[in-house]
Amino acid sequence: MEVGKRLSRVDAPDKVTGRAKYTGDLVPRPHLVAKVLHSTIANGRVKAIRTGKAQAIPGVVKIVTCFDVPDIQFPTPGHPWSVEKAHQDVSDRRLLTDRVRFYGDDIAAVVAEDEISAARALGAIEVDYEEYPVVTDPEVSMTAGGESIHAECPDNVLASMDVRTPMPESDFKTVEEVLDCPSYHQFRGHYQTQQVQHCHIESALSYAYMESGRIVVVSSTQIPHIVRRVIGQALGIPWGDVRVIKPYIGGGFGNKQDVLYEPLNAYLSKAVGGRCVKLELTREEVFQCTRSRHAISFDVAAAVDGDGNLMARSVRALSNQGAYASHGHAIVANAVTAFRQLYQDQLGCHAQARTVYTNLPSPGAMRGYGIPQSNFALESMMEDIARAFDLDPYEFRLQNLMPPGYVDPFNGITCHSTALRECMAKGAQFIGWKALREKYQNQTGPVRRGVGMAVFSYKTGVWPISLETAAARMVLNQDGSVQLQLGATEIGQGGDTVFTQMAAESIGFPADRVHIVSTQDTDTAPFDTGAYASRQTYVTGMAIKDTGALFKSKLLDYAAELLERGAGELDVRNGEIVDAGTGQELLKLHDLAQEAFYSFRHSVHIAAECTHQCKDNTFAFGCCFAEVEVDIPLGRVTVLRVVNVHDSGRLINPQLAEAQVHGGMSMGLGYALSEEMKFDEKGRLLNGNLLDYKLPTAMDHPELTALFVESDDPTGPFGNKALGEPPAIPVAPAVRNAILQATGVAVNTLPLSPQRLVEEFTKAGLIGGKEG
Amino acid sequence: MNVEILNCIVNGRSVEVAIDPRESLADTLRERLGLTSVKKGCEVGECGACTVLVDGQAIDSCIYLSLWAQGKKILTVEGLQDDNGELSNIQKAFVEEAAVQCGFCTPGIIMSAVEIVGSGKSYTREELRKLISGHLCRCTGYQNILNAVERAVNEAHKFVGK
Repeated sequence: MEVGKRLSRVDAPDKVTGRAKYTGDLVPRPHLVAKVLHSTIANGRVKAIRTGKAQAIPGVVKIVTCFDVPDIQFPTPGHPWSVEKAHQDVSDRRLLTDRVRFYGDDIAAVVAEDEISAARALGAIEVDYEEYPVVTDPEVSMTAGGESIHAECPDNVLASMDVRTPMPESDFKTVEEVLDCPSYHQFRGHYQTQQVQHCHIESALSYAYMESGRIVVVSSTQIPHIVRRVIGQALGIPWGDVRVIKPYIGGGFGNKQDVLYEPLNAYLSKAVGGRCVKLELTREEVFQCTRSRHAISFDVAAAVDGDGNLMARSVRALSNQGAYASHGHAIVANAVTAFRQLYQDQLGCHAQARTVYTNLPSPGAMRGYGIPQSNFALESMMEDIARAFDLDPYEFRLQNLMPPGYVDPFNGITCHSTALRECMAKGAQFIGWKALREKYQNQTGPVRRGVGMAVFSYKTGVWPISLETAAARMVLNQDGSVQLQLGATEIGQGGDTVFTQMAAESIGFPADRVHIVSTQDTDTAPFDTGAYASRQTYVTGMAIKDTGALFKSKLLDYAAELLERGAGELDVRNGEIVDAGTGQELLKLHDLAQEAFYSFRHSVHIAAECTHQCKDNTFAFGCCFAEVEVDIPLGRVTVLRVVNVHDSGRLINPQLAEAQVHGGMSMGLGYALSEEMKFDEKGRLLNGNLLDYKLPTAMDHPELTALFVESDDPTGPFGNKALGEPPAIPVAPAVRNAILQATGVAVNTLPLSPQRLVEEFTKAGLIGGKEG
Repeated sequence: MNVEILNCIVNGRSVEVAIDPRESLADTLRERLGLTSVKKGCEVGECGACTVLVDGQAIDSCIYLSLWAQGKKILTVEGLQDDNGELSNIQKAFVEEAAVQCGFCTPGIIMSAVEIVGSGKSYTREELRKLISGHLCRCTGYQNILNAVERAVNEAHKFVGK
C-alpha cells in the first residue's frame, strides 16, 4: 500500500539543496524588465499621460499607457470557463485602465533594459487625473449615487442572492415569522471580518517571450491552463497561440488562483517584438495590486427552542469586492451556503448575500474561499447563543450538526461521510475541555484564561457550481518505471508527493518507480484546471486512479502476450508481473519494458491517458480547540495550546497532512490576532509590507497540534476528502470564543488585536471601570 | 556605471567578480554567480529568504552590500552537501521532519540553522523560536521547521562531550 504512507516529499531534496527552480530562477539572459505605473488616486480618470521625459531616460525601451492597449475587457478568476454566457465570469479588467478604480490601479507600463532604468522612467511619467470621491465602505457604495465604479454596474452592486430553504408544514410561513416568535429564545448578532492577504513569500512574477510565432509565459501560478485561456482572451488572440509554463512556486494560497499580471506581461513582450520581458512585483505591489481575502460583514438572527434546537436562522452578508470582480460573488455565496449547511434548522434558514464594488484593492480567492469569514460569524454566534441561553456550547453544537446523509436542497451536495462528532470528542479530550471550562469560570484579576472551540464543514471541489475535470497521463519508461504527467499543480501543499503515491497505488508499483513531472507546460501537460477548492486529491485523484487502472491493464495485456497467459490471470504487485492467484512473480517489469520498447516482434509504447469528469462532491469536517491567556490591561492574547482535528477522509500521506494542517492553523492564528490590511480615507494601503502587516513569526506561535479522525469517504478516489484549505477555517472563532470565556467580553470584529481588545475591555468596564 | 571587483570565497571557492558598487549581495549571488537558492521575498530585510552566512554569521543578503563581503567567506545552501553529494544533517532533518512545503523560505532558514547548530550550544524551544524569528514562512506554521532545527541541534550534541 503506497497510499497512507508517511512518504518523504518527492521535491524535498531539490528544495533543501537550492536546486528547485522557481520562476525568478529561470529567466533567460539577457532579458528586459517591465514595471507598472500605478495610480496615485483611488477613484477617477486619467485625463492625460506624458511620457516624453521618461522615454528619454537611457535604457528605456518602450512605454505603453492605458490609451495604447486594446479595448478588451477580460475576467481574471481561476474558474473553469463556461460555454454558457450566463455562467461566465465578470469581464471587468483591461490590461491598463484610464478609469482608475483603486489606489494603485494599473495605468501605464515601462519596459527597460534594467530595473533602475525602469524605476526611473516610472518616476518621470506625468499623469493628469480627474478625481472622484473615494468610497471604501460597501454600505455607502451601494447608496452614494456617485459615479459608478463600473459603467456596467450602475448601483455598484456586483451581484446578490436570496435563498430560503424549503420549510416543513408548521404554523410558520416564513423564517422571519419564526425569528419573531416570542415562544423561542431569540438571538441577533453582527460580526465583521477584515481584509487580509495571502503573504506567499515568493512575489507574484512572470516572464514572457515569443517562440515560433507564439507567446510563451512562465509564471508563478496555481492555474496554468486557466492563465493560458485568459491571456488569449485579454490579448484577443487564439488560445492555442499561448503557452504557459509553471515551475515550482513559492506559495499561492489562492492569490495565484487569479490571473494577475500574465496578460500584461505577454502584451509587453509582443510590444517589443517578442523579446523576453520579466515582470516581477515588489512586496508592496503584491499587497496593493494583487488579491486578498474579502472583508465581509454578517447580520445574523436565530431562534432556539427550550431544548436547544435551532428552529430557524437568517444571515445577511455584505462583501466588499473592492475595485474589480475577480472571483466576485462566488466567495460570499460560498460563505453563506456553508453558514446554512453546517447546522440544521428545524424550520428553515434564510440566507442573503450581496457583493459590492468599492475603491479598494480587489479581494479574490484565499484559502477557505469565504468560509473563514462565515465560520467566524457562525461559530461566534453559536457560542453567544449558548452563553445567552445557558446551553453547553459543545452539546449545543453537537445537537444541531449536519446529520450524515444530509443533502443540500439547492446544490445537492451530500454528506457522504462524517466523523465530525468523533473529531469534536478527540479535540475536547486533547485540550481537557470539560475540566478547563469548569476551571476558568468566574475568574478575576488582570490576567485570565479561557478555552474555546469552533467546528466547520467544507465541500471538496466545486461541483455542481462549476465544472470539475482533470486528466492524467502515464508513460512507461525503458526500465519499467512510469512517468506521471498532470495538469494539477504542486504549490507547496505536497501535491506531487500524494499524486505519486496515488499513481503507485493504482498501478501496483512502489512509489519510487513513479516519476512525476512537476512542471506544467500547457503544450504538453494534460488538462486540469489547477490547485484550488481543495480539489486536486479528490478530482485529480480520480483521474490518476482511472489512468492507473488503464495503464495497468495495458501492462497486463502485453505481459499476457509475452507469457502466453490470459491477462485476467495476471496482476501487478510491488512493481512486477505476478500470477493473480498465487502471487508468484512471473515477469520483471524491467524485462517487460525492454521487450515493449525494443521487440522486433511487437514494439509498443505503453502509455495511458484519461479524463475524469467528477460529478460529485463531499463534505470534509473538523474543529479547533484553543486555550488562551488574556492580559486585560495590555489587550494581549497568548494562545497557550491549540489543536485542530480533521475529518478529511482517508489520509494519503499523514505526515504531509499534518504539515498542511499546521500551515492552515498558522494562517488562522494570524487572521484571529494580528493581520489586517489598513487603509486611509484616500484608499491607500497603510501597512503594505511584511513588517507593518504583522505576519506572525515563530515567536508569535504556540505549538501546533494536528489530529485526524479518518472516515472512509465512498466518493473519494481513495476514501479522501478536502484537506488543503480547511485547517485555516475554525481557528479564529475558537480563539475568539476562548477570549470570551476568559473575560466575558464577546468581540465581534476581527482581528482581536491589542488595540481592539483594549477598546472592547474598556467598554465592558474591565479597563478603567470598577474592575480595572 | 562604476564597476568594482569583489574578491571573496563563496562555498569554499575563490571568486573574483565585477560588481556594481550599489549592488546587494543577494543580487551578486543570484545574478552573477547563479546561486539561485538565495531567494528574494521582500528585498528589505523582512522575510529572511535571502539569508546566507558571511564569515559564519547569518545575514539578510538583500540588505548587505556586496562590497562589504570583500575578502570574506560566504556560504549558501549550494555549499552544504559534502564532496560525495551527501546532504548535511540539517538538510536531512528538514527532509525527514517534513519542514519543507513550497520551499521558498527553506534555503534561508537552513542557513540560519547552520549558524545555530554551529554555535555548539543547546537551546530551549523558545530560544529556537527567537533564533528563527527573522524568517517568515506561510506554509508550515514553523512547527516542523522548529522540529527539524531542534533535531539537527540535538544530533550535533550527540558528538559533544563524549
